[in-house]
Amino acid sequence: MAKVVKIALAGEGGQGVQSIAEILAEAANEEGKNALYIPNFGVEQRGGVSIAYVQISDGAIGAPKFQRADILIPLSPRAVKRTKMHAGRETVYIYDNSLVQEAEVNDNIVGLQYNDVTPPCPAAGEPNPGSAPATSVTAPNKDLPQDMIAGDPKTCSFTAPGPGVNPADIPAEVKKVIAIPANDIAKEELHPRVFNIIILGAVIAATEVLPLDSIKKALETKLGDKFKANPALRDMNYKALERGYQTIKGAM
Amino acid sequence: MAEVSLQGEQRVFMTGNEVVAWAALAAKVDIMYGYPITPQNEIMHYWTRLAPKYGKRFLQTEDEISAGFTMLGGVMTGRKAFTATAGPGNVLMQESAVMAEMMRLPAVFVIQQRGGPSTATVIYAQQETTLTAFGGNGEGHRIVYSTSTHQELFDYTIKAFNAAWTYRFPTFVLGDGYQAKMREPLTIYDPGEKGLELVPTEPMVGENKPGKQFKYLRNTYNTEDELYEVVMDNQRDWDAMAPKVVEWSEKGCEDADIVLVTHGVVSRAALGAYDLLRAQGKKVGVFRPITIRPFPDKQLLAAVQKAKKLLVAESAYGQLLKLVQGALYGAPVEIVPVLRPGIGITTEELVEEYNKL
Amino acid sequence: MQELKENNHLQPAMPACWNEETKPHKFCPGCGHGIILKALGEAIDELGVKDQVVFGCDIGCSLLSWDFFATDSVQTHHGRTTPVITGMKRANRDIVGIAYMGDGGGYAIGSQHLFNAAVRGEKITIILCNNCNYGMTGGQMAPTTLPGMKTETSPYGRDVEETGYPTKGPEMVAAVAPEGAYVARGTIANVRQLKGFIKKALENQIAGNGISFVECLSSCPTNWRTNAKKTWEFVEKEMAQYFKVGELRTPQVKEG
Repeated sequence: MAKVVKIALAGEGGQGVQSIAEILAEAANEEGKNALYIPNFGVEQRGGVSIAYVQISDGAIGAPKFQRADILIPLSPRAVKRTKMHAGRETVYIYDNSLVQEAEVNDNIVGLQYNDVTPPCPAAGEPNPGSAPATSVTAPNKDLPQDMIAGDPKTCSFTAPGPGVNPADIPAEVKKVIAIPANDIAKEELHPRVFNIIILGAVIAATEVLPLDSIKKALETKLGDKFKANPALRDMNYKALERGYQTIKGAM
Repeated sequence: MAEVSLQGEQRVFMTGNEVVAWAALAAKVDIMYGYPITPQNEIMHYWTRLAPKYGKRFLQTEDEISAGFTMLGGVMTGRKAFTATAGPGNVLMQESAVMAEMMRLPAVFVIQQRGGPSTATVIYAQQETTLTAFGGNGEGHRIVYSTSTHQELFDYTIKAFNAAWTYRFPTFVLGDGYQAKMREPLTIYDPGEKGLELVPTEPMVGENKPGKQFKYLRNTYNTEDELYEVVMDNQRDWDAMAPKVVEWSEKGCEDADIVLVTHGVVSRAALGAYDLLRAQGKKVGVFRPITIRPFPDKQLLAAVQKAKKLLVAESAYGQLLKLVQGALYGAPVEIVPVLRPGIGITTEELVEEYNKL
Repeated sequence: MQELKENNHLQPAMPACWNEETKPHKFCPGCGHGIILKALGEAIDELGVKDQVVFGCDIGCSLLSWDFFATDSVQTHHGRTTPVITGMKRANRDIVGIAYMGDGGGYAIGSQHLFNAAVRGEKITIILCNNCNYGMTGGQMAPTTLPGMKTETSPYGRDVEETGYPTKGPEMVAAVAPEGAYVARGTIANVRQLKGFIKKALENQIAGNGISFVECLSSCPTNWRTNAKKTWEFVEKEMAQYFKVGELRTPQVKEG
């Protein structure tokens, strides 16, 4: 029976946990692995803690959600409190120890919790003109109004300083606890918008099921056009990815 | 306008709602009717993105009652039509579902179950199992497929159209919010290329042929005897059809002391638990009805001949349980329910429940 | 005709699209449904669209028309005839879809369908029989029951303070329908005019202009407990005083 790696990410709406999960699952799928990603979603369009469940395996994957995560990554003080039930003895626990406020909601991120949001429609292709009528499921949906499907991984980081995570909230009996000041790194060394890419790098280092290159490929698929227009953006994302990866590698 | 044709087999990674839209396209559906309700909305979202490219249509109605009845209108003109809903919308759609039962209309409903009763949650449940399978007045007949993976969601959505148009009973694909929103890989394909024939449709009314024989379609009868005949005719058709349509899956039941009985997405947890427990040398089996109606009662009875206990697990408070109890009435096997209304059931929980036995 | 004379009895001329085998029809003596359906039948005949017609009927007395015409016919649920015919027309634009219903089906249980079909400008024809009460169920108050009118559920007369005023359906449809709509109110007291309205309503659908809606003031002597004279007076005077007969919307003639 193939091992299933269970990853739970949690954060405030707008921190981009669902984007991280999506890229992770897509990268695993591209690597030929089985992947399952499910967001939690409720009726609230914003506010509240958002959790993403990702499972990766070489074999079959069971229930879409799970009790105990192999890797649990709460990214805000509230998320730390909300995800206690997913921490177990085998859990590698990664949290952001930046000194941020309890919660900050950005109006621009309405809908990011995947309530009724239609994600980009990568499979909706155009029929090939001329040749045998067919549907290509790899071609992007170019003829659609782009604002309906556009996929900037909308992220934000916390800007207002605060007390950060209360150490008393960190579960005691886990395999390993790693703190990464991703929010501070993003803000001070890179750019607030690549906060979630740092986390993505951290996840890759912690899970050890996917090569870092697979994430680069996935980013290229998602943001290729933007990278082409602005190569500095690519560098920034790759740097963030490496930074997150190395921080965790060092701590493991 | 391009004909729909999915060339070759293609591995894709998408949400269940998107899968349903693609399956409807693969099944060469002509028109979808719908009314927004979470968690089925993206079926409409994807359909409205895909449909116009292939000359397919969509109508957003004023409510689920209308979505159901406009779909019946579409079906009566011989067009392949479907709708999708959930929760309170499923309640409203029962009215059109019973008309489809009585008039033997090949209507297809996709249900993405959410929590209940009332508005409850938009997330997930298996609490619409009874409603979907038996929600009407009278004793109408309907086929209900309960899926557990995206591959099945694709396969059985196509199958639902075929079953509906072959047997002329309304057909339901019973999914849930988890299946609607989660993403996993599956292979989509053109049914024709796989040798899977799409059952042709035919108009019941509205065919413009001079000198045609006009038809009366009705659901009201004047006398008890008239009704009795119609109902019994339907019952006989159903009895003849049921063995051909009933589907289930089982694993390890031959030597199992304990059999896990689940349906839909909870079956994934059961299979996960099966693998873990078998690896420990435990004699466990799994049984899963794929058709909730017709229910595989004989097959279940046969599968649990050697079992001492059944663990019946569902994200509802006893809906699958009642079907199982009915099928096994009098059988010397203890039924242990694991009832979690409106909440997911994980592999770990099932292993825990097993270990408690 | 010769044959009829020879048999020494004279039968009224039936529209060709009626199903003779189901006549005499099933409505009560003095009921207006037969008159409306005759006007509809003649309009269908004159337009020669019998084979394209799908006739949908509701629940309530209109149900009794389920086998009235020698055309494709669908009897639906209470209030749901509008969406069934809408669904057909959306799936197959070649049909001539007629939704036939009473005031309960159109203005109460199916009002959201009527309203939204009007807003969307569905290219169907809706014909609604207004007889001021729920006939089939034994004469209860309907959305169209006149102020002060006695019914089984308003035995002291309809109290508008408690139950509001009678629904003015054509006025509502006319107010919300987009350009291309045809909306009229006719009466069984003027069959020639009523037939004209219904014919225009069918033509408007065939031209693909928009929604076509005709309300028909009708009679229910059984539940009104009226004799012939009183029945006629009620339709001609009392109903027509509240419900104004005439055309409310006609599509603009396209130039060129």
